[in-house]
Amino acid sequence: MAFSRDEILEQVTEVMVDALGVDDDEVTLGATLMGDLGAESIDFLDVVFRLEKAFDIKIAREELFPADALMNDPDLVGDDQKLTDKGMAMLKEKMPHTDLTDFAQNPDINKLGDLFTVGSIVNFVESRVS
Amino acid sequence: MRWIWIDKFVDFQSGKCASSIKNVSMAEEHLHDHFPGFPVMPEALMIEAMAQTSGILVGEARDFKEKVVLAKINKAEFFDFVRPGDSIRLDAVIETVAPEAAGTTGKITREGELIAEINLMFSHVDQNLAGIEFPKDNFVFDDNTFKSLLRDFLAQKQSDHAN
Repeated sequence: MAFSRDEILEQVTEVMVDALGVDDDEVTLGATLMGDLGAESIDFLDVVFRLEKAFDIKIAREELFPADALMNDPDLVGDDQKLTDKGMAMLKEKMPHTDLTDFAQNPDINKLGDLFTVGSIVNFVESRVS
Repeated sequence: MRWIWIDKFVDFQSGKCASSIKNVSMAEEHLHDHFPGFPVMPEALMIEAMAQTSGILVGEARDFKEKVVLAKINKAEFFDFVRPGDSIRLDAVIETVAPEAAGTTGKITREGELIAEINLMFSHVDQNLAGIEFPKDNFVFDDNTFKSLLRDFLAQKQSDHAN
């Protein structure tokens, strides 16, 4: 089934409202899931489940939220808690639907959460359903 | 000792849905204080009862190999009080089950009347929280108390097997 970008945003907004208990006017394209919308780790799974239902697609968790897979690998994360070049390359490969330009300036893994925005989820869904 | 808030399962369809009952009794001491002269089953305990009904359903779907832990209450809405002498029925349905977690929806009724809607998420903890180690034994399902709640279902399964 094909969805327009507006329809995707509408459905994603509904998912965020239901999963995170936020108001629909808080769900803007630039809103970060953790910082702005208060998502915790289990909420990411909840979001994945609801997106699968809303768009009738299958999503592996690491496909949409690949951070967990990177965090514990010393090859990918340096002692300074920043992604190594190899880690950054892997993140780029795994998150093609997210603009990483700003993050690459200071790839602190504690800021990974800020990468997950409503906009990046809309981009991801768009890449899957169109 | 486990704090069990359901009495037994009356229906159990592996991986799909399950129903349990809970008979509320004035012998439960907390009802004397909740509230004096107006005993009602605490809503938090109804959530726990649903978590046990849904959690056992989710655990059985993976043959009790995962440590199933309540992770999120998506919805808990209550429509009436439950009083001593009431028998409530808890119907739970698995909506999604994935390697890391599961989502359930549930309804509590009393003689067909809707008492509550409770939707939950469970984490399979070994598949999450990378780097944190949990005890090897399955502390969630290891004792037989939970399984005793399934006695009717297990007996039926055994007799089906024998026939």
